[in-house]
Amino acid sequence: MKIELVYFGRPREHLKISRETADVPAEASTLAGLLAWLRLRGDLWAQELADSRVRCAINQEFAGLPAPINEHDEIAIFSPISGG
Amino acid sequence: MSVLIQEDDFDLASELTTLRSGNSKVGAMVSFVGLVRDFSHDETIESIYLEYYPGMTEKALNKIIVEATERWSLINVRVIHRIGQLFANDQIVLVATTALHRGEAFAGCEFIIDYLKTAAPFWKKEQTREGSQWLETRETDVKRMEHWHNDTVRKSA
Repeated sequence: MKIELVYFGRPREHLKISRETADVPAEASTLAGLLAWLRLRGDLWAQELADSRVRCAINQEFAGLPAPINEHDEIAIFSPISGG
Repeated sequence: MSVLIQEDDFDLASELTTLRSGNSKVGAMVSFVGLVRDFSHDETIESIYLEYYPGMTEKALNKIIVEATERWSLINVRVIHRIGQLFANDQIVLVATTALHRGEAFAGCEFIIDYLKTAAPFWKKEQTREGSQWLETRETDVKRMEHWHNDTVRKSA
């Protein structure tokens, strides 16, 4: 399943990535599963993408960890927001 | 109703003139301007860096404005949020509202800035002499936002 991943804030800076197209396995079909799959990329990823440290959006709407992911979704992964 | 995200500074007076123009029913205009503070967590801030999510941020801000206009009779709303590198005392954000009466203009303006703090995707990194760090959502901002869900508040203004 191909999805678009975008990163903002702390994970974008620390992981040195702002956008990628990823082909994710079936078990990564929820946000929780996707994060767990991305954490397998190494220690830095495991640390930066800990469930408690990131927030997510699916197709530009905030979404919680159990939310399902579909083909071609735009998934955003970011640190907690702080505007204003 | 309009939202603008830009690196450039804004001029409060000209924004307000535009916001109120062409409508003789406007009886009240309220504006909030957020500034870069030079102190946070007892360290001297040299600058801050702000980024946003093009597309989602505008959508989130427009949704907040729609919610505000459903709760209060606002005639017009203007939101400008700056991004990029900003320094102490710089203007970061403008929220301005017009209404027939001050109660609605005040409440709408406060609601929009409170919601913006916790529901609009912006990320802020502080640069101090010690290094830099990404700021997290502040608990006090979450409390302020939640206060608008309170039934007594919901019915006021």
